[in-house]
Amino acid sequence: MAVPSNRPTSPHLQAYKLPLTGIISITHRITGVLLSVGLVCVVFILSAIAGGQEQFANMQILSALWPLKLIYWGFSYALVFHLCHGVRHLIWDAGKSFNRATMDRYALIELLISLAITINIIVFI
Amino acid sequence: MAEFTLPKNSQLIAGKSYAAPLGATNVRRFEVYRWDPDSGENPRIDSYELDMDDCGPMVLDAILKIKNDIDTTLTFRRSCREGVCGSCAMMVNGKNTLACTKAIDSYSNTIKIFPLPHMQVVKDLVADMTHFYAQYASIQPWIATQTPAPADRERLQSKEDREKLDGLYECVLCACCSTSCPSYWWNSERYLGPAVLLQAYRWLVDSRDENTGARLDDLEDPFKLYRCHTIMNCTDTCPKGLNPAKAIAETKKLLVQRKLG
Repeated sequence: MAVPSNRPTSPHLQAYKLPLTGIISITHRITGVLLSVGLVCVVFILSAIAGGQEQFANMQILSALWPLKLIYWGFSYALVFHLCHGVRHLIWDAGKSFNRATMDRYALIELLISLAITINIIVFI
Repeated sequence: MAEFTLPKNSQLIAGKSYAAPLGATNVRRFEVYRWDPDSGENPRIDSYELDMDDCGPMVLDAILKIKNDIDTTLTFRRSCREGVCGSCAMMVNGKNTLACTKAIDSYSNTIKIFPLPHMQVVKDLVADMTHFYAQYASIQPWIATQTPAPADRERLQSKEDREKLDGLYECVLCACCSTSCPSYWWNSERYLGPAVLLQAYRWLVDSRDENTGARLDDLEDPFKLYRCHTIMNCTDTCPKGLNPAKAIAETKKLLVQRKLG
């Protein structure tokens, strides 16, 4: 059967309201990409540490700057969030925690835990 | 491939509006996706103001009222009006559901009605389901046996084995879940999608079916099954309260268990 080719595609991202788990899922993917980019910064810091006293001092001055601090905090949160959702994926892979009623509650718990760990990292490290 | 924006011929343009009848006090506004294949125009959003004192309680009642009283060209599928046929699946206020079982009062303010997301539109709220049904046929949704049937009775099932089908046999293939899934939006050519995978699992766990190995072989594919990334839109949206995400996870588990022996 010949299908008319002018058929439109119905709206999707433009109109669909993602549930919390859907938002978390796409955030998981985005943080994954950002973490890969952030690894470049980690390499820079490691090379500075290995590069002797002067380089280390320069790195310390740089990392005291506010914008860089924000990036560092963002990186920490992305890392912890990615880890927390990774744990949720492991639980899902075991066939558990698929209950419709608790879906959003566990998503919130996941967000709160990742936030709490990040604050701990910022305060204590 | 992931396309985040709508193609040129799918972008929405302004539509018509129809005011509420004079003297109506309980007015609700409905914005409905319209596309006429014969007009050559882009899809548009028409808005209709309905008198709720003269309209049934469900979203489908409102759509029928529009068709009967205001604009007879409005096109949509419906049949059973009680959630067992799956025909009136559509996106209402950003979530897929069956229009017949969704109460208008469960929403506040304007109600926005679109066809199922990321589908080819045949007309107005009617999406082309050809590919979806072909995918369903591809999992061979019927019992397959090697042994001959007992001579004196049907193939019987214990109560426990029958219970394994609960939460699976109720699926009416309305495609709400599949068309809510971003993975299905971007990969529907090769990814089977939650509805068809739930159906596939329904035959995997049927104690009378003797084709489990071949069924698993068929699903063990990076696209057919493993494009599921547990986004959970499917379970969130299912109008029958089923859990396709869990059925998919159980299928993945069966594959792992088989590999481990």
